[in-house]
Parts: sequence; C-alpha cells; structure tokens
Amino acid sequence: MALKIVKGSIDRMFDKNLQDLVRGIRNHKEDEAKYISTCIDEIKQELKQDNIAVKANAVCKLTYLQMLGYDVSWAAFNIVEVMSSSKFTYKRIGYLAASQCFHESTDVIMLTTNQIRKDLSSPNQYDTGVALTGLSCFVTPDLARDLANDIMTLMSHTKPYIRKKAVLIMYKVFLKYPESLRPAFPRLKEKLEDPDPGVQSAAVNVICELARRNPKNYLSLAPLFFKLMTSSTNNWVLIKIIKLFGALTPLEPRLGKKLIEPLTNLIHSTSAMSLLYECVNTVIAVLISLSSGMPNHSASIQLCVQKLRILIEDSDQNLKYLGLLAMSKILKTHPKSVQSHKDLILQCLDDKDESIRLRALDLLYGMVSKKNLMEIVKKLMLHVDKAEGTTYRDELLTKIIDICSQSNYQYITNFEWYISILVELTRLEGTRHGHLIASQMLDVAIRVKAIRAFAVAQMATLLDNAHLLTGNTQRNGICEVLYAAAWICGEFSEHLENPMQTLEAMLRPKVATLPGHIQAVYVQNAAKLFATVLKGEEGNTDGTAAQEASQLMIDRLPLFVQSANLEVQERASCILQLVKYIQKLQQKDVEVAEEVDALFAGELNPVAPKAQKKVPVPEGLDLDAWINEPPSESESEDEQPKAIFAKEEPKHSRPRHTEVDEKELARRREARKQEQANNPFYIKASPSSQKVYQEAPGVEHIPVVQIDLNVPLKVPGLPMSDQYVKMEEERRQKERAEKKKKEKKKRKEKRSGRGKKHDSAPESEEDITPAHMVDIVTEEMPENALPSDDDERDPTDPHKALDIDLDRPLADSEKLPVRSHRAAEAQKSPTDGETENATLQEPKKKNSKEKREKKRDKERDRKKSKEEKKKKKHKHEDKEEDLLGGQADEPVLQSEETSQVAEPPTSSSTTAEEAATVAAAAPEPSVTAPDSEPDEPKDTEMEETKSSKHKKKKQKKEKEEKEKKKKKKHHHHHHHSDGAGEESVQNGTVEEEEPLPPMSNYCLLAENSYIKMMMEDAEEVYDIQGNLQDGSQVVVSVIFENKCSSFLKSMEFNVLDSLNSKLQRPEGSGPHDGLVVPFQLPPGVSNEARFVFTVQSIVMPQKLKGTLTFIVKNEDDSTHEKLDFKLHFTCTSYLITTPCYSDAFAKLLESGDLKSSSLRLEGVNMPFHHLLARICFHHHFSVVERIDSCASMYSRSIQGHHVCLLVKTSAQTVSIDAKCDEPTLLGNVLDEIKQTFSQC
Amino acid sequence: MIKAILIFNNHGKPRLIRFYQYFSEDMQQQIIRETFHLVSKRDDNVCNFLEGSDYKLIYRHYATLYFVFCVDSSESELGILDLIQVFVETLDKCFENVCELDLIFHMDKVHYILQEVVMGGMVLETNMNEIVAQVEVQNRMEKSEGGLSAAPARAVSAVKNMNLPEIPRNINIGDINIKVPSLSPF
Repeated sequence: MALKIVKGSIDRMFDKNLQDLVRGIRNHKEDEAKYISTCIDEIKQELKQDNIAVKANAVCKLTYLQMLGYDVSWAAFNIVEVMSSSKFTYKRIGYLAASQCFHESTDVIMLTTNQIRKDLSSPNQYDTGVALTGLSCFVTPDLARDLANDIMTLMSHTKPYIRKKAVLIMYKVFLKYPESLRPAFPRLKEKLEDPDPGVQSAAVNVICELARRNPKNYLSLAPLFFKLMTSSTNNWVLIKIIKLFGALTPLEPRLGKKLIEPLTNLIHSTSAMSLLYECVNTVIAVLISLSSGMPNHSASIQLCVQKLRILIEDSDQNLKYLGLLAMSKILKTHPKSVQSHKDLILQCLDDKDESIRLRALDLLYGMVSKKNLMEIVKKLMLHVDKAEGTTYRDELLTKIIDICSQSNYQYITNFEWYISILVELTRLEGTRHGHLIASQMLDVAIRVKAIRAFAVAQMATLLDNAHLLTGNTQRNGICEVLYAAAWICGEFSEHLENPMQTLEAMLRPKVATLPGHIQAVYVQNAAKLFATVLKGEEGNTDGTAAQEASQLMIDRLPLFVQSANLEVQERASCILQLVKYIQKLQQKDVEVAEEVDALFAGELNPVAPKAQKKVPVPEGLDLDAWINEPPSESESEDEQPKAIFAKEEPKHSRPRHTEVDEKELARRREARKQEQANNPFYIKASPSSQKVYQEAPGVEHIPVVQIDLNVPLKVPGLPMSDQYVKMEEERRQKERAEKKKKEKKKRKEKRSGRGKKHDSAPESEEDITPAHMVDIVTEEMPENALPSDDDERDPTDPHKALDIDLDRPLADSEKLPVRSHRAAEAQKSPTDGETENATLQEPKKKNSKEKREKKRDKERDRKKSKEEKKKKKHKHEDKEEDLLGGQADEPVLQSEETSQVAEPPTSSSTTAEEAATVAAAAPEPSVTAPDSEPDEPKDTEMEETKSSKHKKKKQKKEKEEKEKKKKKKHHHHHHHSDGAGEESVQNGTVEEEEPLPPMSNYCLLAENSYIKMMMEDAEEVYDIQGNLQDGSQVVVSVIFENKCSSFLKSMEFNVLDSLNSKLQRPEGSGPHDGLVVPFQLPPGVSNEARFVFTVQSIVMPQKLKGTLTFIVKNEDDSTHEKLDFKLHFTCTSYLITTPCYSDAFAKLLESGDLKSSSLRLEGVNMPFHHLLARICFHHHFSVVERIDSCASMYSRSIQGHHVCLLVKTSAQTVSIDAKCDEPTLLGNVLDEIKQTFSQC
Repeated sequence: MIKAILIFNNHGKPRLIRFYQYFSEDMQQQIIRETFHLVSKRDDNVCNFLEGSDYKLIYRHYATLYFVFCVDSSESELGILDLIQVFVETLDKCFENVCELDLIFHMDKVHYILQEVVMGGMVLETNMNEIVAQVEVQNRMEKSEGGLSAAPARAVSAVKNMNLPEIPRNINIGDINIKVPSLSPF
C-alpha cells in the first residue's frame, strides 16, 4: 500500500502539469494536433489512476484543451470525481472544468446533486462559493428543483460573499425551475435592503433581469426601487435600477412622471458618463411613454438632447456612438428636437469610424420630412461619391433607398426626382444592390401610376445605354436594374415615345452576355414591345414599319434560341415562332395587331408581401387533417399520387381562382367593403381613391386614381436629380406665394391682423403638397385578410415561464421541495403551511385594481389549487374540514367578487401613486413645502373625487366604509416598506377562514370642531440606517381630516422632544420649530402627512406632547387655531414583522440567550385564528408554525431584538409564553398585547 | 446578462473563453473566429461596440490582447467597458504587471479571478479590492493544501525542462506588458 502511494507520487513527478502542456503545444507549432492527441492519451492514462491529485492535474489540462476546441465530454465522470475531492484546490479545478464543459444533456450531472448539496452546506465559505459559481454555469431543471431550497437558505448566510452568490444564482434557478420563483421571491426582495452593498447589487441585478422580461409583475416593487435609486451611491446598482425603470415606465406612465425629477437631478450631478447616459436613456423612455399629457416635458427633452449633443461632440468614439444611439430613440417621438441637430448628424457621416457613420445614417432615416428629404438625399449622394470601400457605399445606397421608400413613400413629393435618384444610383461601380434598385424601380413604376410615362422614358434611356452598365463584367450586380428597365418598358410600352428604338436596344447581340434571368425578361418584353409597335402602326396604310419590326425580331431572336439558359431558350423559340406566323399574316395584309396585343392585355398588380400568410383558412378546412389516410405499406406506389391530386384540388383552390359569376363577386366585394369600413384597424388607401374603378373585374377592387401630369416631362438623356430639386423648390415657392395671396385675401375680408404669424413661420409639414397628386396603388391582399399579424412570443423563450404573479399568496403546492423529514411534517397540515407561507409572502396589494382583474383569471387556478388542498385535507384531517371546508371557500370567493363590483373603477393602477407618495414623503419627511406643493393639490383633488364617489355609492355602510377607506389609504401609502405580516396573515386567513372583523390601524389622536387627527396606532417603523447601533428612525403617519366647512391652511406640526425621541427637522431649524404640513385642506377633505422621529431606546413605550397650529380661512376672515395631542409610541410599534422559518426559530429558542416571561388572558371569546390575526396585525408578529390551538410566533424589533411567542388556547383562556433577549421590551409588549385583548 | 467572455490575442488565439450558455466546442471555436474577424479589423480609434441583432459585443484592446464581452440589451455599454477595465486591473494586481504570457500559462487562475467578477453571466463584484482580497484568500488556501503541483513536482518539472535541450523557453513570444490606461471616473 505504502509502496503504491510512493510509486504514485513518483509517477506524478513526471506528469505534465498545465504549464508543461502549454509549453509543449507552443513548441510543436507544426504538428500541434498530433502533439495534443498524444497529450490526450497521457491524460487518459492519468485519469485511470487512483491518485486524486493526478486526476485533478489531468482535468486541469483538459480544461485548457477544451478552450482550444477539443471535446472533453468523455471525461465528464472524472470531472465529477475531482469535484467531489475534499481538497479545495482539486474541488475548484473540478468545478471549473464542469462549468466549462457540462451542459443540460451531460448525463453525469445527475450524479452531482448530493455532492453539490454537501458543498453548499460546507463550513468553508469558499467551498460553497466554488460550488455556487460552478452550478451557475451548468444548472439543470433537475438540479434547480433539488437544490432550490438549499440555495434559498444560503441567501440568508452570515457571509455576504455567499449571500451575493446565492442571490445571483437564484436567477438561474428561476429560469430552470420557474415554480421556485414565488416561494423565493419574498426573500429575494428582502435582499434588496441587505446591509452589504454587494448583496444588494446582486439582488437588484436579479430582479432587474426578471423584471425586464415580465415587467408588469414587478410594478409593485417600483417604490422600493425608487427608494434605492434616491439613496444608493453605487453606480452599478443605479444603472441597473435606472435601466429597469426604463422598462417599467411604458406600463405605468405615472411612475415616469415621478422619475423625471430625480433623473434630471442625477443627469446634472453625476460625473460618471455611464450613469449619465443611462439616465438620459430612461428619461427618453419616460418621455416616450408620456408623449402626451405632460405640459413641461419639453424642458427634459431639451436637456436630453443637449447632453447627447455633448456626448456626440466628444472626442471619445464610444460616447459619440452612444449619443447617436440614444438620439435615435428621441427621434421616434420628438423628431423636431432632433432635427435641429441635423448639422451635427451630417457631420458624423464624415467620421472615420464606420459604426458611427452607420448610426448617423440610421438617425437620418428618421429625420427626413417632406421638406428636407431632397436635401438629405442630396448630401447622401455626395457621400456615395466620396465613400471608400464598397461595404459602406452599399450601406449608403440601401439607406438612401430605405429613407425614400419608408412608410410607403410618405416623404416623397416628387417621384420624378426619386426615379432620377435611382437612375443615378445605377452608375455606382461594383455595388451588390442592383437588385434593390431594380425592385424599387419596379415598385414605383407599378404603384405610382402617374409616374409611369416618366419612368418608361428613363428606363428606355437606360436600356439604350446598357453598355455603360454592363461594360465591365466586374459590375455585374448593377445589371439587375436592366431587368427592371426591360420589364417596365415592356409592360408600360404604351408610354414609350419610340418603341421601335427600344425594341432594337433590347435585341442587341450584347444582351446575350447578360445573366439568364435578365435575358428571359428581355425576350418576353421584346414581345410586348413588338405588340405595341404593331398596334402603333395599325392605322398606317403601308405597314412597312410593322414588317420591319417583325423582321427585326426574326433576325435577332435566333441568338436567344441558342441560349444556354433554358428559360431564355424556351421563351425565345416560342416567340420566334409566333412572330414568324405573324409575319406570314402581315404579308397577306391581315390585321393582326389587335390579336397580338391581346396576348399581353390586362394589368399586373402588386401583391402585398404578407398576402400569402393572410389567406384565411376556409371554413371546414383542417390543414392538419390527412388528405388521405397515411399510406399503408400494402398500397402500391403508383396509385398514391393520383389519389392525392384528385382530392386535393377542390379543397385548395382559392376563392379567387374559382369561376364566380358577377353577382357573387359584387356581393363579396360589398361585404368586404362593409367589413373594412367597420374595421378600425384597416388602413384605407385614401378617401378619394375609392371613387374610380376600372373595368376589368380582377383589378377592380384596387383603388387607383388616374391623374394627368401638369408638368410636361421631356428630359432628354439621363436626368439629374438636382434639376428636380430646383424644380421642386420653385414649385414650393410658387405654392407659398399663392397661399400668401389667399391669406391676404382672407385677411382683407376679415380685416384682422391675426394671420401675420403665418407669414414668418417656417413652412410646416402639411404645407407641402406633392408635385402631382400621386396616388399609391395599394398592394393586393387576399379577401378577408386578417387585419394584423399577431406578435407571437417565442414559445421556447425560457422567460415566458417566469411570467408569474408574485403578489398572489403562496399556495401549499408551491412550496419548494425540502429534504428533511421534520420540516416536511410540519408542513403537512395545510393550515400551517398556508399561514406560514403567508407570512413569508409579501404584502398583497389589495388596493390595486389591476390585480383585481388579474385575480379573476387566477381564481380558476386558485379553485384548482383549493380542490387539491381539499383533497389533501380529506386525507389528513377530518376535523379541519368542518372548519374550513366548502363553507369557508365559497363565501370568500363571493365576497371577492362583490368587492370587485363595488370598487369604482377609478385609477387604473396605483403603483405610481405609491411611488409618488414615497417620493414626496418617505426619503425626507421634511421635504419643504414648495417642492411638493405642485403635486399635492392634485392628490387631494383626486382624493376628494374619490371620496365623493364613495359617499354617493354607499351611504348605508357609511361607518364601516369609512374605516375601510382609511385602512385602504393606509395600505395604499405604505405597504411597500412596512411589515409584511399584518396583511399577509390577514390574507392568509381571509383566504380560507371566515372573514375577520375589520381592524383599523388608525386611532384617534386628537379632535376638535375644526380638525380630526388620526394616528396610525402601530406606526410604520423602519430602520433607515440598517445599522443597529445608531439610533433608529420611526415614521409616523398622521391623517388630517377637515371637519368644518372652512379651508384649513398653514398647518404646522410640532412636538416637544424628549431625551429619547426627537422629531427630525430640516437642517437649519431649531429644536423647537414646527414642521410645515405640506398641504392645505379644503372642507371635508383628509390627507396624510408623515413625520420621522429618531428614537434612542426602544424598550420602553414613549409619550410625546405636541401641538398642531393652523389657520382657518373663511370667506371673509381667518383665525389661528391650535390643537394639542399626545403621540403614544408603543413598544410593539418598534417591532417589524419578520418572517422566520421553523428551524431558525427552534435554533433561536435553543440558544438560551432569551429571557422568558408569560401572560394569561381570561375570557377571550374569539376563534383562535382571529386571535392570531389580531396579534399579527396589531403587534407585528408573524406565525412561524401553528398546530391546532397552539401557535408559535415571531417578530423582531428595529434594533434586532428577537421576540418569540408561544400562544396556546383552551376554552376561553389564552396563555402566551414569550421569550426575548430584552426583558423590559418583552414585558411592555406583553402588557400591550393584554391591553389589546382587554379592549375587545 | 453577459452571454460570453472571450480573450484572444492579436492573431485570434484564444486565451480564455467563458460561455454562459451552452455551445458545442465547434460552435465555440467558430464564435471565437467570427468575433476575432469582426474585432480585429477595427482600428483602435473607433468605438468599442458592435451591435448584433439581439446582443452586442463590447471589447477593449490592450497591447496584444482583445477582451471581448458579449452582452444583451440589459447591460450598459459604458458599464461593461468599465467592468473590463476593472477585470484587467485586477489581473494586473494579481499577476503583478500582467502580460499575455501570464494568461497563456495560467488560464486556470485567470478563470478563478473572473469567477469573482462575473458569475453565471451576471456581474458579481465590481470593487477591485474586494475581488483581489477574495482571490488571495483562496490562493492562500490552495497553498496551505500544497497546491496542485506541490514543491517536489515543481522541482522535477524544472529539471525536466533543463534536461530537454529541444525546448527553447519562451521563444518567439512578442509579449508586451499590458498597459493599463488611466481609469475613467466611474
């Protein structure tokens, strides 16, 4: 044995290590592959040894070879072996190799589950870290499911190093195992406020990734992120949050409104370009979402554009590039603000960096208008001439065409100009985009009827000068335009001045050097031209011209008959025979023109690119059904095709092709018109276009207007687009002059000088009328075409599975699978599972109506899960069933529904409002009045209208309603940061037990004839610092309700500070100054203000005396009034509802650090779950575990004291055993609990 | 999300590859080749971004090495540029004047450092001191365990090299120290 070890280590000495391998490879440059294959053989030998160090070394080398592209998956098992080594060194090598080459279909992965679990719970944080890092790269659905719970526990690890890794990896777990998202989310959310910035950043990272894919589910987190944004100084975190807000604002424009201000502040203050850029980006997103309704956003736009201009002008190419990128986003909604920087963008076209030039081109695409299109294109044409390198020039070319053809040639006022631009582009050398130009020519000529004559003339010239294009074989790409030219000349030959000349040009011998498909078009269109020539010569008596044409055809066509291209050959020989026959007839003086022309009669219409897709499936046709039964093997092969065709034909023939009589056609047309008229999504071609129809039935429904050109167009030779620019300008000037005249007339008639502004104002878009009324032929669509394409999400997108409502309380079935038996047992009782889950759950936003709507959808799911639950209950406990069964379920559903109905559909969603209130109040309670004033009146107004609605609707339930409303308002404003438990428990119980009596969180503070002050009786408490040593902060929300019929204003809130508790006042004010309440109260209105107190010790309850002074303003006079009150800080108000797991709870109790105390309550006459709910609600506890009539509860103070309760009930006696690490605090809390129950 | 991190030299030789989504080895090599092709033809004075359809390449070129991050739209371009800078500076600290040779011979160590910066495609840590500290602690742990090739093996490997005359050491390696430019304020 010993010998073996010695031998092993000696062997080891001669093994190559990674460095040796690398060196070896570098020294075998000529026969690298061979050398590596010998190395792999060595590695295989090494892997066979027992020595783990040798194996690890081999695996390390394999990792290197993997980088060079060698498949090392054969060693997967050895990698697992190395991963499971107890030494960190080897473990790390193993995990690295695994992370490089394992993937979902690596089968040994399933062997790793237990090893990874072991490593995750290793006492050495670096073992855990290495495992987490590795797992993040190769996590599979199975691993995710099995390890989700372990990783979730690690999220609360003591070491921030592990916490941040655990948080990050949760994202991967969610992706692979979406069911884990809801149970894990509360804790993930908790990590947003982790004291360690790294963990916080990781949590932000994960939530941003999640929210980016399914933003609507994360809207409720907006207030929390808002807080982070205003408090964080970590630029990484800020960038992530700001990017996230960019994704959220389109869903909630009101959030955007609140964002503008802090974002602009950041833009002004930050020195980090990255942050500045992201801020600008998000402001743009906000402004896009707000594009209407905000009067003063032009300032923000200006700011953004200004900052972007600075970026673009920067010498750093990166900033320049990003500036242009962001600019293009603004362009979409605010083109005017960008257009003023046209100079800068045109400058960028000269930049040495191609990507910047391309970005600038993109921008230009969006900047064109009817007015500046010609100018911009002219500039681009200059660049085309200057451009070096064909790729960029080709890009320019495509951009020019894109710019001109965008949105159905919207910006082209003069198509003659456009055709001449296209013709000029044909003179580019070596472009690959001949095809593109050709298709544009065809498109314009076909769709813009008015331009055909001009286009045909131009094309004829092109054909005449074809040698210029084809002279160099290198320029092959461009000869595609000849295809278009030939087709246009042939199809619209009636517009040709001299068809004979063009015919001659198309039959030149040189044509035979063109590509086959172009020749084919030449031949075909030569025939069309021939027909036209014949028709033109019809009237002439001598008919020599016609015969000349025939002769020309007969002379030249044989060249094409010999073509190697089949298509050309076929067409040529066919046409040649035809012409020969015609010649014979001509010689007999037979009139043939009419008949020849009939060959090419009718019009070809453009078909919309999506037409095929939009053909509706006829009723009764099932595309998936077998046309024939799948062929059985016995069937003979000959029979098959016959059968298929016989059956297929009638089914597949489209309605258009069937022979339908006129009446039927007319009826269908009528029906379609009706449908289109009623369909708001159908974009009508133009109102005037439907008036004129042509005769032919096939084209009839394509609205076309025949227009006469008012400008004679005879431009000899190739046109220069510049001429058209000039002509266009002259035309516009004329128009303007005419307009002026008209206006003057008008003014004279009206005799008022108001119209003056119109003269000096720059020409607006609408002023420019197209040169000739150009009507664009719409593309053909199948009948009954669907109005739009549905944007389907990729069904394979893993994020689709993560579209999960996170606010819905957890159901039993959703819990993460846990290994330990003990824990599982505790959860078996459905009630316990539910309540416990509920406490983990985030507060449910019951006020948001959005969710109400969602609820409906989810009710189905819930019913399902309830059914499951019921089944479980049947299995487990019959007792429970009596209590919770059908009786409880149904009423809850009903009450939910009724509340849905009762709720007036006011605001669509309230999240932004929350954000608003947070912005106004939370971070700095002392926000000075002027800042928040502009918003507040609105809020109060809203409140007012809301409440008035309430009153009208529900006069009967006034009292109850009032209370509810207040509560609602309370939740409305705070649920984002305060203890989760109170509501969730409520929800939990509401879910399955009978509804609780309403519990109000507000108590009367003071009241007089003018005003009523209500204080939240358990103030919302939170520890801003997250630092337990520094004193803690307590936020108190006070509702002010105006009871009199006068206007209350200038309210000042003041408190006499005690040694322990101090009101936080704005800097610079003295210790006795009052705080201005940032709103005024019209009669009957209530509003809420929040005040922050600093508290030193929290073990004792506190009482503070205070005064509210205010002015009562009547119509004629105003009086100063004041109201004294006492603020009572109970000890429970310092408790924060904190979820706790049963195992952690047990550990806590075992630790022995806690002092115990107990309490007995007699004569408590209420169901146990009401009792628990009350403790949860009023005293901020959460239920850890509940078994029958016994429950353990937990809470934590803002200074980190643990408070544990064991509540038991028998008959009417409730006994509470309590433990806490601070006996005074415990005593006081128990006293308060006692008081709560003595009151009821 | 970061989709992939590639480091290769001026000739396109990979020095470190890290894909955060699975590709077969052949595909990986092809991606490296294509990326190299895209990146290498760009001048040093042009911008450091390349846009694809649903991802973008953000890269920096230091002396003989290209550091390329392939990211999706959720990452900030300038942020990633700074991250590359942080990563390279961390390498510089850990290797003391890092050069291409360090990356060639210690690919594993570079991976370990990268693991402290990016995890599973998401940014883990951006504070250089924190990264260096964690790397050092782990290196110390490795040392205390004797390392992969403990002292005797190291000695043998040195002897082997001396005895083999045909192995010229570090020949034709034109590596220059990576110059770390001054940090932009972040």
